[in-house]
Amino acid sequence: MNAQQRTSTYNFAYLDEQTKRMIRRAILKAIAIPGYQVPFASREMPMPYGWGTGGVQVTAAILGPNDVLKVIDQGADDTTNAVSIRKFFERVAGIATTTKTSHATIIQTRHRIPEVPLTAGQVLVYQVPNPEPLRFLEPRETETRKMHALEEYGLMHVKLYEDIARNGHIATTYAYPVKIEGRYVMDPSPTPKFDNPKMHMSDALQLFGAGREKRIYALPPHTQVVSLDFEDHPFEVQRFDKPCALCGAEQVYLDEVILDDRGNRMFVCSDTDHCESRRAKGYRGELGGAQ
Amino acid sequence: MNIAAPQASALQDDSIEQPLLSVRSLTRYYGTRIGCADISFDIWPGEVLAIVGESGSGKTTLLNCISTRLPPTSGTVSYSMRDGVLHDLFKLREADRRFLLRTDWGFVHQNPADGLRMAASAGANVGERLMAVGDRHYGHIRETAIDWLDRVEIDAGRIDDQPRAFSGGMRQRLQIARNLVTAPRLVFMDEPTGGLDVSVQARLLDLLRGLVNDLGLAVIIVTHDLAVARLLSHRMIVMKDGRVVEQGLTDRLLDDPQAPYTQLLVSSILQG
Repeated sequence: MNAQQRTSTYNFAYLDEQTKRMIRRAILKAIAIPGYQVPFASREMPMPYGWGTGGVQVTAAILGPNDVLKVIDQGADDTTNAVSIRKFFERVAGIATTTKTSHATIIQTRHRIPEVPLTAGQVLVYQVPNPEPLRFLEPRETETRKMHALEEYGLMHVKLYEDIARNGHIATTYAYPVKIEGRYVMDPSPTPKFDNPKMHMSDALQLFGAGREKRIYALPPHTQVVSLDFEDHPFEVQRFDKPCALCGAEQVYLDEVILDDRGNRMFVCSDTDHCESRRAKGYRGELGGAQ
Repeated sequence: MNIAAPQASALQDDSIEQPLLSVRSLTRYYGTRIGCADISFDIWPGEVLAIVGESGSGKTTLLNCISTRLPPTSGTVSYSMRDGVLHDLFKLREADRRFLLRTDWGFVHQNPADGLRMAASAGANVGERLMAVGDRHYGHIRETAIDWLDRVEIDAGRIDDQPRAFSGGMRQRLQIARNLVTAPRLVFMDEPTGGLDVSVQARLLDLLRGLVNDLGLAVIIVTHDLAVARLLSHRMIVMKDGRVVEQGLTDRLLDDPQAPYTQLLVSSILQG
């Protein structure tokens, strides 16, 4: 689409072909073993660690000239991180970008899963800061690898036990550990636990890239994803008292927005595309204004 | 369950026809230096065995080898699993060995910080083994943890405190509770009373003796303190320079030492 704007001194999608092959091999292995963290030779990217270097490398490796890319940051298409990654790929790959979830073939995300269910053929790429769910209580990498290999996951429940002991309920609200196909325990990246059920049996392919930690892991479509819990403290997602103030949506994840210095605030959809498309269809929340 | 004397119960039980743990010609070299050499012994269910000797005599090396924490240079260690068959521990899969270590065995370190998760609460420390073997009921885990804290004389009100906030003696008692919660059959102890002052030591020994009797545990305890050995153990092995100098019943060995080195050890106890 924007092929004429592409910066031609770079290879397609910034990375050289050998690097993309290397990353694709890691992705294939990750898909073959759902939830297993595959080490890969993460490259320096033209952005700081923590800004999505892992996600960007995965996206670059799977991107084709006909792909349509959407990038979200905390559900929003219009924040700095989302805008600059979208521009980056427009410039180095000349591909089409969109903010519409249903139009995208690849969605790179920082910490949200879109509200609209993803469909077969779509790929969701997560930016992961810390891929190791066991790190909280076990700092040794050699030990955590062994624990994954031998399926020793008692420690994960120690973390949840501590939550209940301190707060009376499981207070982990993001990066909530999940078990994949009854085998590997996985960190779903810092998405709110509200999104955990969306990972279960998803029609889309989900890829996770951690650039600084040099790990890739994946969930192929239709993979069983179970959030860990206790029998007497079952897994629950966050609930909100009010619907979205702009579009009136319920059963969606809301962000708190402070309106003034007198304690007024509103709760709006964190998924901006979802909110906009609902308003375009005429839905209104209490602060959404007249049609 | 109240068993007066573990040895007596072991003798009464006809089903016990083989040792719990059997060590044969165990040798461990560090390069060309000897860690421990040519060591053989058996331990039977419910028996307490003390390994004594001076610093550097190979006690800890021996303990680490038989608890599979350190691979031996040669020799075998066999353990009677719950199926009643003796298995060579170093031919087991690593997964099975680690499972054994956190269910059927316990390991009490000299320094409690090595055996505890200092960043997790006391309750989580006790409950970890239960969760590792698949207990997924919070209420049950907590109940068991409170019960065990009570048994090791830690106030149940401290259940949500981290071991960092505990004194040395409390940490050691917590470590013992954490190990015994899965009802192990064999517990290894490396100088469990080292670094504690005398009155705390006495209480801990008293507690240990009670637990060992009540639960019918087999214990292999490494110590340089002959008083600890006399109080807790049925049988003793005396080591020097990586080799066994003398072994036998504790009373016999302490009251009538045969080897010159044992005589030296016994005579070097301060007389009150």
